[in-house]
Amino acid sequence: MKHFDVAVIGAGVVGGLIARELSRYNLNICILEAQNDVAMGATRANSGIVHAGFDAEVGSFKARFNVAGSKMMKRVTDELGVKYKNNGSLVVGFSDADRKHIEKLVARGIENGVEGVRLIEADELRAIEPNISDSAVCALYAPTGAIVCPYELCIASIGNAMDNGASLKCDFKVEKIEKSDEKYVIYSKNEHISADFVVNAAGIYADEIAKMVGDESFTVRARKGDYILLDRECGTMANCTIFRCPNEMGKGILVSPTVDGNLLLGPTSVNIDDKGDKSTYADGLSKIMATASENLRVGLPFGKSITSFCGLRAYGNTGDFIIRPACERFINVAGIESPGLSSAPAIAIYVAELLESEGLRLEKKEDFNPIREPKHAFREGSIVEKNEYIRRDASYGRIICRCESISEGEILDAIRSNPPARDLDGVKRRCRAGMGRCQGGFCAPYVMELIARENGVDFASVTKCGGESAIVFSKTKGAQE
Amino acid sequence: MRKADLVIIGGGPAGMAAALSAREQGIEDILILERDSSLGGILQQCIHNGFGLHTFGEELTGPEYAWRYEKEVIDKKIPVLLNTMVLSVDESKVITASNSEDGVFQIEAKAIILAMGCRERPRGALNIAGTRPSGIYSAGMAQKLVNMKGYMPGREVVILGSGDIGLIMARRMTFEGARVHAVCELMPYSGGLARNIEQCLNDFDIPLKLSHTVVEIHGKERLEGVTIAKVDENRRPIPETREYIPCDTLLLSVGLIPENELTAGAGIELSRITNGATVDENRQTEIEGIFACGNVLHVHDLVDFVSSEAEIAGRGAAAYIKGEAEKSDRVINISTDGRVRYTVPQRIAGQGDVDVYFRVADVYRDATIKVSDGERVILQKKKLKLAPGEMECVKLPADKLCGVENLRFSIEF
Repeated sequence: MKHFDVAVIGAGVVGGLIARELSRYNLNICILEAQNDVAMGATRANSGIVHAGFDAEVGSFKARFNVAGSKMMKRVTDELGVKYKNNGSLVVGFSDADRKHIEKLVARGIENGVEGVRLIEADELRAIEPNISDSAVCALYAPTGAIVCPYELCIASIGNAMDNGASLKCDFKVEKIEKSDEKYVIYSKNEHISADFVVNAAGIYADEIAKMVGDESFTVRARKGDYILLDRECGTMANCTIFRCPNEMGKGILVSPTVDGNLLLGPTSVNIDDKGDKSTYADGLSKIMATASENLRVGLPFGKSITSFCGLRAYGNTGDFIIRPACERFINVAGIESPGLSSAPAIAIYVAELLESEGLRLEKKEDFNPIREPKHAFREGSIVEKNEYIRRDASYGRIICRCESISEGEILDAIRSNPPARDLDGVKRRCRAGMGRCQGGFCAPYVMELIARENGVDFASVTKCGGESAIVFSKTKGAQE
Repeated sequence: MRKADLVIIGGGPAGMAAALSAREQGIEDILILERDSSLGGILQQCIHNGFGLHTFGEELTGPEYAWRYEKEVIDKKIPVLLNTMVLSVDESKVITASNSEDGVFQIEAKAIILAMGCRERPRGALNIAGTRPSGIYSAGMAQKLVNMKGYMPGREVVILGSGDIGLIMARRMTFEGARVHAVCELMPYSGGLARNIEQCLNDFDIPLKLSHTVVEIHGKERLEGVTIAKVDENRRPIPETREYIPCDTLLLSVGLIPENELTAGAGIELSRITNGATVDENRQTEIEGIFACGNVLHVHDLVDFVSSEAEIAGRGAAAYIKGEAEKSDRVINISTDGRVRYTVPQRIAGQGDVDVYFRVADVYRDATIKVSDGERVILQKKKLKLAPGEMECVKLPADKLCGVENLRFSIEF
């Protein structure tokens, strides 16, 4: 049985940044993930916003870690070589009631320590956001608001942790945890590991994990959010991330550019009972189309939809993040719904401190390397820079994904670098091949060939996302000869 | 910077025919840039026959039709770069492309012919509610897997869209032992060729459900079933008609979109109706020296029309390169009445005879195609049946176009 200093349960952006933080120290770390790949939960289906921090209640963990995390995010994304854009956030007001609400948010933001947040009037709003609705009268403007790609950040943080010695076990669904005075033994169906310390960052399943060590002090429900993503042609329709005045179910349906140049609309907000239900609802998608359009003075071209998808927020029952020991040497990091992404870098530092106060020895690693090579450098390089890559490795010259201009070299890198991609969706999330307007219609067979070749497996065994998600079943009659 | 007289982007039927046509007009310095590892474009995976009835008087398979042109391209030693992806075209006719041998390189061309073909509309563009399992393919992707890779994408199939690719794949999958449960079509009529309805559906007892669509997708990792529903006259699903069909494969044949990213990048405006550039009778776009032909200009039903269109573009580009392009002051703009959805060309720049191709917006019976210049009727043609899925052509003789300023294409009864 393998033994580790720390086991991190959950390979989302929170678990990933925690593992990366811990990998600064001389520790044997194992990240355990139930799904076939990292970033499979809320991490890959959220708005990608680094919130400024005016929304969370003063004095809450949400406020504290949002503001701190938001300040750290640029440096973290630089180190990990992932995209970050400081595009600013707007909360748009259409009425006097909205104005009052916005004034409250501004005051709260200032109290939370958000820099530069202020109320702006219609003329300044139109200068910042020319496409804003003609009915908008004022707005909260938070210049520190930003956008990132949440799964790119997660993949990079886990990759960096692994490059610095951490281990990753996917397809490890935790079924049982045995607690003793010295250690924890964590069981999946087929294997088990032991660890001195455990971090429970298991998203919507964090309450079930906590229960395994006898902590039933909180529950986590799944709150579904559907999204629609529009073609990159639409990416310049908005500059900032545009919110409406929030209600009790959340921040409402927003319109935001993404760091990859698309336009993201959503999310809806519906509590659901089945934590495994990741389907989008037809009425959710209709609601997005109706509501998102209200923010802008130009119609949103839904004919330019590329895809729609659903994420499940981990909605804890305490109203705030639940970050505290369940028992000795076992830290819960639960109920990380919005502003979880923004808070993740700061949560990671806090969790390291909690572990230290539980007795974990944090001895700085001499050769810790915080830097991860940016994986999108090729695409963004000049012709001269691209040809440098190609001179070293000709596979960068062969473009496989036409819509996003992704080369064979980048796809191979996704299959080889930590954490390695093992299926079509894994490749897609790491290098964007298949994320363009044809959604893999052209490139999927080529990507499958590359995965098969690199992993020494049959073409037919390559899946969309592990498990039963085969792409092809069998050979045709002609091919069998 | 590398230079060439004529660069053709795309080595499918359009690109090859255009190259041969330009060569016939005396242009030596031609380069075809093709992203795939061989010429032929989409024809390579269209192993069914029916190609070439007009061009060769024969019913060839896709690869056979493509080979007729590829052989000539080889025999005439027309330069081709395979596995080469064009990254951008700018309005000064500089092309940036990439492959593993040459890396990223640029070519300055005197003339460019755009022949990039089209892509299929994916599931994501339809915003169908439900899960996102594997087992959902565009019909063309399934065709590639079956015909080029030799793998079955599934066994129990539902097809959405009765366009030709969907119909062809219904038959193809059945031949390979799959069961096609239904072909659903949103409209009250099929978009495919009549002969395909007969030979691909009726011959195999595959039900065609008109005015139906897929409203929900089920299955966690692999598709397990779809919910279909009838739609009303506004194409909205009627909830009481929801029906669950267990299946493991959903093929989508829901629209072809000309692949015009490069075209738009060159600053050429795209027609909202065809999703392609607008051209004159030589298939020249709004940028002098840049021509377009084939599916990238407007989606065709018959490859024969692609070939003849490409020949026009090849001749046009050749004349332009030689400085022999007809200089004409007048430009006749062609408008449509809405029943005629679009025409290609959209304008006439020269003085000669012009063949104008068009598509209609709906099925029309006992109709008259009318071509008029204001009040004056230039030409009239009666037709028993017109359908959106069958491209039509009207021949306009030069003498009838004398003194014409605007042409209008309309359908009357």
